[in-house]
Amino acid sequence: MTDFKLDNRYKAIVIGGSAGSFQGIVKILSNLPTNFPLPIIMCLHRLKHVRNGFVEALSIKSTLEIVEPFDKEHIKKGKVYLAPSNYHMSTELGHFFSLSTEDMVNNSRPAIDITLGTTAYVFRDKLIGILLSGANKDGGLGMKYIKDRGGMTIVQEPSECMIDTMPKAAMNLTTIDHVLKIDEIVEFFKQLHKQYK
Amino acid sequence: MKEIDIADLKKITEVVKTKYGYDFTNYAMSSFKRRVSRILEMNNMSMDALMRKLNESAFLDDFLNEITVNVTEMFRDPSFWRILRDDIIPGILLNHQKIRIWHAGCSSGEEVFSMAIMLKEMGLLENASLIATDLDTNILERAKSGIYNLKNMELNEKNYIRYQGLTSIKDYYTVENGKAVMDKSLMDNVSFRKHDLVNGDIFNKFDLVLCRNVMIYFNQTLQNEVLKKFHESLFKYGYLAIGSKESLIWCDIANKFIIVNNEEKVYKKIKD
Repeated sequence: MTDFKLDNRYKAIVIGGSAGSFQGIVKILSNLPTNFPLPIIMCLHRLKHVRNGFVEALSIKSTLEIVEPFDKEHIKKGKVYLAPSNYHMSTELGHFFSLSTEDMVNNSRPAIDITLGTTAYVFRDKLIGILLSGANKDGGLGMKYIKDRGGMTIVQEPSECMIDTMPKAAMNLTTIDHVLKIDEIVEFFKQLHKQYK
Repeated sequence: MKEIDIADLKKITEVVKTKYGYDFTNYAMSSFKRRVSRILEMNNMSMDALMRKLNESAFLDDFLNEITVNVTEMFRDPSFWRILRDDIIPGILLNHQKIRIWHAGCSSGEEVFSMAIMLKEMGLLENASLIATDLDTNILERAKSGIYNLKNMELNEKNYIRYQGLTSIKDYYTVENGKAVMDKSLMDNVSFRKHDLVNGDIFNKFDLVLCRNVMIYFNQTLQNEVLKKFHESLFKYGYLAIGSKESLIWCDIANKFIIVNNEEKVYKKIKD
């Protein structure tokens, strides 16, 4: 296994994904240590009229609690946050979320670029961004923001993706620190966890 | 997207506040920033150019129109409308024969038309008086006109079907020049008014206030102030509906309300 040479500077993780990312997300969440020390902020494309069920489906195997935050809810470590359907989710200075119903971005609401971009603005070089399988370019720009602000960037290995448009968009726009398969992302989280013990 | 610093945002809110009396100081930061950046992009202007332009009062309307978010749907969250029809409106009728409703931040009017359609199908439209307010005069005009893109009607119809309406949304509009023109008679008991939630006065008492997905654009300080106004604007035992991902929990005034439906975020005023 690769040694990712991590340290404990990081304060948050943000994950974006779309078509073909569900299984990967489930695998990552089900392998997280129960006392994982950072908040995980997720923006996944989802059906806009189906408000319920998604959190429940992700929660079945997740070791950590998954919530769709309310507007102005504070970000706490060890929790997994999922952007609610039909809202954009932004991270604000002061470490809380705000939701919005603005126009779709990249044909999406929630848009991954918005969650990634605003989270990068707040957490700067203390952020790890992960972009998984997906059929459009949403998230590519967000990954560039993360890199530009000194954060770490990870994409799912395109050959493993059901649809690789999304990680490839990020690879074209910015430097990606690690191109990893889901199993390697799981290992990455384990190594990261050790830094906080 | 151009990166904008907080200092620039402060300059903008300062000018708009001192020159025109609109106070955006307590708007939520990241969406406000995106709106400003959108204005710069759409007009292809620099921050300095925007600051100059803001001194021309003719530009104010355009600014207000772009800075506020006007994305909405008819029967957004169909399950909310079912609760309204099956629980909330009957609850109001227990106390009052006439139903007084305020749509606070009505935007382009989709929610107002949804309400009118719902009340009509309940046979209650004539017993109702609806006031719809927004701070943006352009959008109020659009709401009053009741003209929508046909493309949007597809989503509206889908929502209406999920709401389980009696007929079809098509029965409430005609197609003229490729646009959907809403049936004017739906608006007989509706009055549209310009009103700014931030510094506007309390102007009436209501049985039901709808302010869904409006306060998400405010910070918590402002949310608190606006909630006090809603509290004052409601009859005792009147209802307040906010967006499904908003919450009153953090607010000073929360103890004067009880939650009637947690999933759809409908509250009832229980204390004056």
